[in-house]
Amino acid sequence: MITQMLFSRHEKKTVWAVFLILLAAALVPLANLLIPEGSAFHVPGYLVPLLGKYLCYALLALALDLVWGYCGILSLGHGAFFALGGYAMGMYLMRQIGDRGVYANPLLPDFMVFLNWQELPWYWYGFNHFAFAALMVVLVPGLLAFVFGWFAFRSRVTGVYLSIITQAMTYALLLAFFRNEMGFGGNNGLTDFKEILGFNVQAGGTRAALFAATAIALALALVLSSAIVRSKYGKVLVGVRDAESRTRFLGYRVENMKLFIFTVSAMMAGVAGALYVPQVGIINPGEFAPANSIEVVIWTAVGGRGTLIGPIIGAILVNFGKSIFTAAFPEFWLFALGALFVATTLFLPKGVVGTVQQFIARRKEQKKADAVEQAYQDKAAAKAESQLATLEPQAAE
Amino acid sequence: MDEKTSTSLLYLDGVSVSFDGFKALNSLSFVVEPGELRAIIGPNGAGKTTMMDIITGKTRPDSGQVFFNGDIDLTKKDEADIAQLGIGRKFQKPTVFESHTVWDNIELALNRKRGVFSTLFYRLTPADKTRIEEILETVRMTARKDDLAANLSHGQKQWLEIGMLLAQEPKLLLVDEPVAGMTDAETAETAILLKEIAKTRSVVVVEHDMGFIRDLGVKVTCLAEGSVLAEGSIDFVSNDPKVIENYLGR
Repeated sequence: MITQMLFSRHEKKTVWAVFLILLAAALVPLANLLIPEGSAFHVPGYLVPLLGKYLCYALLALALDLVWGYCGILSLGHGAFFALGGYAMGMYLMRQIGDRGVYANPLLPDFMVFLNWQELPWYWYGFNHFAFAALMVVLVPGLLAFVFGWFAFRSRVTGVYLSIITQAMTYALLLAFFRNEMGFGGNNGLTDFKEILGFNVQAGGTRAALFAATAIALALALVLSSAIVRSKYGKVLVGVRDAESRTRFLGYRVENMKLFIFTVSAMMAGVAGALYVPQVGIINPGEFAPANSIEVVIWTAVGGRGTLIGPIIGAILVNFGKSIFTAAFPEFWLFALGALFVATTLFLPKGVVGTVQQFIARRKEQKKADAVEQAYQDKAAAKAESQLATLEPQAAE
Repeated sequence: MDEKTSTSLLYLDGVSVSFDGFKALNSLSFVVEPGELRAIIGPNGAGKTTMMDIITGKTRPDSGQVFFNGDIDLTKKDEADIAQLGIGRKFQKPTVFESHTVWDNIELALNRKRGVFSTLFYRLTPADKTRIEEILETVRMTARKDDLAANLSHGQKQWLEIGMLLAQEPKLLLVDEPVAGMTDAETAETAILLKEIAKTRSVVVVEHDMGFIRDLGVKVTCLAEGSVLAEGSIDFVSNDPKVIENYLGR
């Protein structure tokens, strides 16, 4: 049943996007590892984790788009789910360091030794196993989203109020993770990673593999999202977005509909965070910053919410712009971001992809109208001709 | 519970509700029989919409009883439960899913399992397809089935919403001002459609348009200040001195 759902018809655009992402998953690592450095097709080593980072952001934006673009829940706290997934992966990577840390403690990460802790806190158990950590990457954000959503949606908190409490949630987590007593490295977070699954995280091969893994995860998430939004459930979601009370009076339990997509989306965000951490080499409480979550909203809005490829394109474009901009004029980036958001809201309310789609749809309409007009004119011309034909013999007389 | 509750489809007794001290309903009692078509009139603020809110579970009464189908206590249920029990509601302003096609609107309204997973794995069966086609035919929207609901005219949206309610297969249909903003021709057609629908289920219509209510030719209840002022045929009600004073105007 599930496979049937996943492989049932997708839009042509989605299929193309999945194909392109998978192509990138194969080509970027190949161009990095196999093509010699002098060649124009060589992808330099520093670029691979950077591109990988963009794809993590794209996955995060796609997750946000599922709740915001399709269900109308403007979450300003999706960065929290991303960071939690990142921390789960970070904890695994910390445990992999073993006795290679500065204090050479085989069990405790450096920051715990520094705080004079004697034993590992209970919630760090199990994170030495990759499978356990991978499970936590989806379970922890999923559980938080489920509990948060259960209360929020049941009490019918919507609109701006919901946005504000999601923002409060990520801010509360930011403050909590800053505390050393929490046992997540406080201010400094988790860093100095050595190995993932036995491979050196700094090595070119590992980075290429991480890039490929990120691209594949994004492609899978795109297929899953497409299956969800094209199902009847997805249509109900859009119904909730556009006319919530109508959906309710048709007998749908709106709170359950919202809760499911919110939880799925949080899990996707968690996966994005987990892939992000080994590629950038650090996770710290800064990832919980409210501004981060708001940036995700901007990527999604720029790309086009309510479309599946929009947020992916938006995240990549804006972050590419950010990389270039912050290198050239570092102090002006926030102004540029703000201006971009204002411009998008004013001139491209449907985002880049939404606007292109609208343009194509209009062209089609226009063509149809032209064809009708042409047919009408042809008919009129034919009629005039036949009238002329009947008139001519009279004129001849 | 007396005999009246068990034979009637909808039974309201002594229902009161107030918002910030304003008594929207004041000990309202009202009974709808199975298969009945009933019109409700009354001035603004008479409590017509509040009454619908109570029946559909949007608002809880402060006191009084609301029973459906004999013994189902509606005051203990929420909107989704009540919709699934078989009470459909049409809003005053046409409310359809604008970014879906006409077909999808009907498909979403279809009386099928409405859980997350049943909708996630739902596939259109031939039986459902036939049913949707029938409904589109009834509300005369077949030609527009692939158009977005946003592109329909006001009157067509009203009809689409009625079609969605039919797809819901309710035992009781609550219709709030169905002909507001319609042309005379559309109004007359809507009266025919509602009479057609009332053959198989109970319908309660709230309307201001007296001509339309005359067209329907059914029992009329006039509400004012949260309770029933008069009940009976349109001629009886419109000659009632209290109704003339409160609603029709001196």
